[in-house]
Amino acid sequence: MNSPEPVNTMTTRPSLLEPGKNLKKRYRTDLWFQRIGITAIFLSLAFIALLFFQIISEGYTAFIQTNILLEVEFSEQAFAKENLATADYPGLIKKSLTDTFPEVKSRNGKKLLFSLVSSGAAYKLQEMVEANPKIIGTRQKMWVAAASDVDMLMKNKIDRKAPEENRRLMDNQLAWLDILKSQGRLEKQFNQTFFTTGDSREPELAGILGGVKGTALTLFITLTLAFPIGVAAAIYLEEFAPQNHWTDLIEVNINNLAAVPSIIFGLLGLAIFINFFGLPRSTPIVGGLVLALMALPTIIIAGRASLKSVPPSIREAALGIGASKMQTITHHVLPLAMPGMLTGAIIGMAHALGETAPLLMIGMVAFIVDIPGAITDPAAVLPVQIYLWADSPERGFTEKTSAAIIILLAFLMTMNSLAIYLRKKFEIKW
Amino acid sequence: MKASHLLVAGSLSLFMVSPAFAARDYISIVGSSTVYPFATVVAEKYGKTSSTKTPKIESTGSGGGFKLFCGGVGVDHPDITNSSRAIKDSEIKTCADNGVKEIVEVKIGYDGIAVANAKTAPQFKLSRKDLFLALAKEVPDPKDPAKLIANPYKTWKDVNPELPANTIEVLGPPPTSGTRDAFVELVMETGADTLEAMKALKKADKKAHTKATQTVREDGAYIEAGENDNLIVQKLQSNPNALGIFGFSFLDQNGDKVQGSSIEGKLPTYDAIADGSYPVSRPLFFYVKKAHVEVIPGMKGYLAEFASEKAWGKEGYLADKGLIAMPDAERKEMAESVADLKVMEGK
Repeated sequence: MNSPEPVNTMTTRPSLLEPGKNLKKRYRTDLWFQRIGITAIFLSLAFIALLFFQIISEGYTAFIQTNILLEVEFSEQAFAKENLATADYPGLIKKSLTDTFPEVKSRNGKKLLFSLVSSGAAYKLQEMVEANPKIIGTRQKMWVAAASDVDMLMKNKIDRKAPEENRRLMDNQLAWLDILKSQGRLEKQFNQTFFTTGDSREPELAGILGGVKGTALTLFITLTLAFPIGVAAAIYLEEFAPQNHWTDLIEVNINNLAAVPSIIFGLLGLAIFINFFGLPRSTPIVGGLVLALMALPTIIIAGRASLKSVPPSIREAALGIGASKMQTITHHVLPLAMPGMLTGAIIGMAHALGETAPLLMIGMVAFIVDIPGAITDPAAVLPVQIYLWADSPERGFTEKTSAAIIILLAFLMTMNSLAIYLRKKFEIKW
Repeated sequence: MKASHLLVAGSLSLFMVSPAFAARDYISIVGSSTVYPFATVVAEKYGKTSSTKTPKIESTGSGGGFKLFCGGVGVDHPDITNSSRAIKDSEIKTCADNGVKEIVEVKIGYDGIAVANAKTAPQFKLSRKDLFLALAKEVPDPKDPAKLIANPYKTWKDVNPELPANTIEVLGPPPTSGTRDAFVELVMETGADTLEAMKALKKADKKAHTKATQTVREDGAYIEAGENDNLIVQKLQSNPNALGIFGFSFLDQNGDKVQGSSIEGKLPTYDAIADGSYPVSRPLFFYVKKAHVEVIPGMKGYLAEFASEKAWGKEGYLADKGLIAMPDAERKEMAESVADLKVMEGK
């Protein structure tokens, strides 16, 4: 009578100690979930590796440049005139080349010969003479940049076996280059020009310094405006503002602003800063203002989140021992919230670093050779430089584009490591 | 939080200083992306050989350039605008309304548009009629030429029996590009005019005719490859069946990778574009605000550099960059009008 019919219970309600039928299936789904996660991580790592490999393998050659060793005679009669700037520097280079290859006589042949050396070589001579006029009357051996086509050939980016009419370099040019090479006068050397000059339309003369300085100036303006304003707005909204319809409305709008396409900020900048306030076009000050507007919502949202994460007990304790509201915030809450705020600021800045769309509207997508020295000089930023080079017809700009991307990534990594360092430094555990 | 106080003070002081810029000591140039590669070379050469600053050049497109240029006189407005087409009457009027009354027009040379494919594939021999039939969204029905139908042609052989039986696949610029405007005008419109049915339509309904000649098909045969011509060259290499449309300078730089197709029997070579026998070419211009010439430093020097034989001459450095030089007489006449700053006659 009181036997509990064990068989029946076993089938409907198994013991917790016994493995059930579903358990295997549950383990399996668990395993699958893990596998999918691992695959996703692996895939994204593979994509990053591919991206880096692609960019670095394409771009590292831009850091070296083919140079030609020339022996230039700074003859007295070439500098007969008082003004050093008007001397015929290209003529000196041409003379040196014809001295090296005296057999080249025809006009066309000479033109081909002269085109082996970059047009920048003459400016180099000019700089040398202006820096040290004593070299007039002497012979100097010097390395000058080869033309971009020669550089591409040395880097195996031009197919020398292609039929002559389809090549940028003619057969006799190749022969001259082979002679120079056998004499050790054609060498690939570290490309200093790339790090010390601004933009150029000749790939071998183009440099990234203009873009780097433009970016630094623009981001300086962005940071000095967006960070203090963003932090102040976050503190007010989180600590002081009353909870009512107005603050709700402001909160919703800040969140909306964070999602506004960046080109809209460019239009705003054009209408307000340039057309209304009359600030000069294409300058870091306008660029920085526009990017500051763009980065503000991100900084405010991150700032509020980190203020919210400070436990109320800290505030209550401070108020309890007689601190004023302002003292509570500046002495206790803000230092604790700072690491999170810095992270938000860096995310905003990194976002601003990569923008070209808003800058298009305010004229920063422009060809600018001179390196900007102040926030009111015309300047381009790194992403703009990448965009302009990617669009250039000359073959030599392909590697320059990738090299500029490497520099941009380096910039980004420096900023991120700075953020991590600051965060670690200010982090307070409780 | 002393540091952030300093930052606030610093940024406020920046605001104070900012409205104080009046003078501009560099030339500001805007305009066409087609002229941009040439103007930038001149600007750079000029900047390096003179004591003034290097001019700043923005690539805004021809229309965008005129909009900025005609904004008014004064340092806030650009001094020169580049254009891949002549200024329109409406633009002259906008300019005049804003006080820009004296404009100097300078023609700098010609630019050819190439239809090219990969070196690995056979060269195409095309005509503008073939290109119209292959690329227009609507073409006259082969059975009943009076009616326009959606483009039925799938391969080049369908268009013209002499062409290979490859699928029609053309990579070209998007509608925002000046190259696209010129292609439509020089190829599609003239190609359409060779067809009797389109001529009849032009007489009967001008609007419908314009629409039919200017609309490029959207069923995948014409692929908008973006403004970046380098990208088109790369895509042609990986897809030997495709043709690409881009400026002559890109063909010139990539002669080992792509080949230009002949159009009406003429190959896109420097000489054929220069003597006008290659049909798809257009003049390039820039426009100068005369009122600025004396005000902005370096204007005269820049103009002289551009109009010098070593720049825009047949052997000049712009020719090396792919600009097709004007005939000798025209160049001489232009150089004179630049030197005299001859103001455009109102149309």
